[in-house]
Amino acid sequence: MDAPGDFPDVGDYAVIGNCRTAALVSNRGSVEWMCVPTFSDASIFGAILDREAGHFRVAPAGETRVTRAYIEGTNVLATTFESDHGAIRLTDCLVLPDERKPQLYAQHELLRRVECVSGEMEVEVSFAPRYDYGRKAARYAPRGKLGWQCVGCSFGAMLSSDIALAEDREHARLTGKARLKQGETRWLSFAYDEDEASVVAPLGEEADERLKSTVAWWKGWCAQCRYDGPYRNEVLRSALVLKLLNCATSGAVLAAPTTSLPEVAGGPRNWDYRYCWIRDSALVLHAFLRLGCLQEAEGFLEWLLHATRLTWQRFQVMYDLYGEVKLDERELSHLSGYRGAKPVRIGNAAHDQLQLDIYGELMATVSRYVQSGGTLDPVELGMLAGVGRHVMKLWHLPDQGIWETRRPPRMHTFSKAMCWVALDRLGRIAEKFDMPIERERIAADCDAIRAEIEEKGFDEELGSYVAYYGGKETDAALLLLARYGYREPGHPRMEGTYRYIAKVLCDNGLIHRYRDDTGFDGFAAPENAFAPCNFWAAEYLANAGHYDEAKKLFERLCGFANDVGLFAEEIGTRTGKPVGNFPQAFTHVSLISAATALFQHKTA
Amino acid sequence: MTQTASEIASILIWGFAATAALSGVMFGAQRMGYSRLSIPFLIGTIFTGDRSAAHALGLVVYLLGGWLFAFVYYFIFASIGRAGWDLGLLIGAVHGAVLLVMLLPLLPYVHPRMASEYEGPIRGRRLQPPGFLALNYGYRTPLTTIVAHALYGLILGAMVSLT
Repeated sequence: MDAPGDFPDVGDYAVIGNCRTAALVSNRGSVEWMCVPTFSDASIFGAILDREAGHFRVAPAGETRVTRAYIEGTNVLATTFESDHGAIRLTDCLVLPDERKPQLYAQHELLRRVECVSGEMEVEVSFAPRYDYGRKAARYAPRGKLGWQCVGCSFGAMLSSDIALAEDREHARLTGKARLKQGETRWLSFAYDEDEASVVAPLGEEADERLKSTVAWWKGWCAQCRYDGPYRNEVLRSALVLKLLNCATSGAVLAAPTTSLPEVAGGPRNWDYRYCWIRDSALVLHAFLRLGCLQEAEGFLEWLLHATRLTWQRFQVMYDLYGEVKLDERELSHLSGYRGAKPVRIGNAAHDQLQLDIYGELMATVSRYVQSGGTLDPVELGMLAGVGRHVMKLWHLPDQGIWETRRPPRMHTFSKAMCWVALDRLGRIAEKFDMPIERERIAADCDAIRAEIEEKGFDEELGSYVAYYGGKETDAALLLLARYGYREPGHPRMEGTYRYIAKVLCDNGLIHRYRDDTGFDGFAAPENAFAPCNFWAAEYLANAGHYDEAKKLFERLCGFANDVGLFAEEIGTRTGKPVGNFPQAFTHVSLISAATALFQHKTA
Repeated sequence: MTQTASEIASILIWGFAATAALSGVMFGAQRMGYSRLSIPFLIGTIFTGDRSAAHALGLVVYLLGGWLFAFVYYFIFASIGRAGWDLGLLIGAVHGAVLLVMLLPLLPYVHPRMASEYEGPIRGRRLQPPGFLALNYGYRTPLTTIVAHALYGLILGAMVSLT
């Protein structure tokens, strides 16, 4: 086992998933994060938050050189361990069943194939699930040729393998070893079933079929994406991450599959991102529409209609995968936290904040959906009209802003501008469909919001829009004013805003979302560079006609991805490494937006 | 309505009520994490490997089975010459015990999609067998199964004694 406190870097993980849950696999061959039965439930492997909170490791003994890559066009991970004696390739996936075959499949199957690709090497297995975020150690019962059953839990969990395993009672785990020669293969299959008889699928050739069907499923999805511009690999990897986080059973899109990976070493900005933020989801769907994935957009709109019924007409900032509104925040004091970053939180207290920008992002996405050929039924049109009326009532109120600050509400300029976007797009939708809303009132409110922003949200002395009315601080979200059409990218006020942001928020060539030394968000602790803001800067530069500068920045940013192309929420300002919850939909969606902006302007 | 028709109608009505109560306890035990034994799922998977279809089909067969067993209970009461909630409860508990001790352990030999611990999973046979007392589906399974069947018998016994 790893020594206590011996945490891999966040960038040493890669994600696999089945659009229902996800697992993080370290470059040591260890699954160290997986929640069951869904993304937002309790972890069964949680070593990323505490070395004693559960893992499933398969790796050669001794020192090895490690290389990793996803099988092209998939979320199936291949990790190769090389030593002087040979090389072992470990292929990991969460199985996606072949729906054409009416077979019984486990609710989740984590399938791991170990192949010796050269020489001869010994591989070691350590399987140590811990239930309920590491609170309870597993016990095991042998089930003959079906493998081992985890007992003492309410769900069905079976591990089958063609590597002989034995119980290590002292450490509450199963262990095994196998010496493989070139060409030999072994399998491990962890099957999870929530409340019915477990389904234990055969190993060998049948396992190979399941692996192939998973690869084929992802490749099939990837083939639907219509993007032939530059940086295709980066864009498709990002799209695959977003699809992995798009819950198949509800249509919701998760912000990230993890909780409490700290925004800065030691905490305290440790949040649970395993929920569906209206903002992030709208942006993800915007990206899917850009890539031609209309089905995902329709799924999200259906989810939205269902999920927001309980809070209608107000939108909550976030919901759980199935529209649950109560996401009370709790601390898991029994967990050490990633590299000691306490507290570990589940739930999210920001769920009932007022964040006005979400209405703009949502309406912009719906408008884009309509532009892409999507249609809206009378119920959806009624819902949007209700949202519009709600925005007209709320836009003049102070809010917590896009960054979910934990301090008294303020008049955030970006929030006001997004209210303008919401009403502007609603007006455009109302031109196309018969909606129960007064168009003249929408136009009047749009004018009033714009006049107020130009008067109070712009500082003549700085030549820049500011974070909140009457302040001198800036906010990287203001870069998005150009994307949403509030201001032309080349407008002097936007150019001035970009220059001011670059001057004030840039550290070591990376943009922060706001100054972290002024208590902007209610915390005094420093933080790293917020990755999406940097892609927004590249997008802004492309849209403003500074193509070469944008390209240079974009390529530099792509260099901050980990070895398999994944981004976290932030980039270490000093280290350049991924920091925070991982992988982060917001960052990947921003990458896609920047790449498509570069493509459009190159083509233009 | 003749007396026989009236008796059949009562058996059907109370048989449905007893089956609903039995199912309620079994589903409740599943949802609360006490047991993973789902008899409708095990029945449905005899006919299809499609999980959703198995649930629907299994439930229909299970409800029909519940009615059929109501007649069996009625004939048992008739053959003994008395009925009552206490006798029903006893017969139901024995019914549950027989299911656990004799019928469920036989499933791997007759269920076309159930694997066995001796042969391991093979193509098409992937369901974990229940094992002795269906303990593979959770250590509280014997308790919840006997309680559910005792409740089934109690309702039928009370019904027959009242009517």
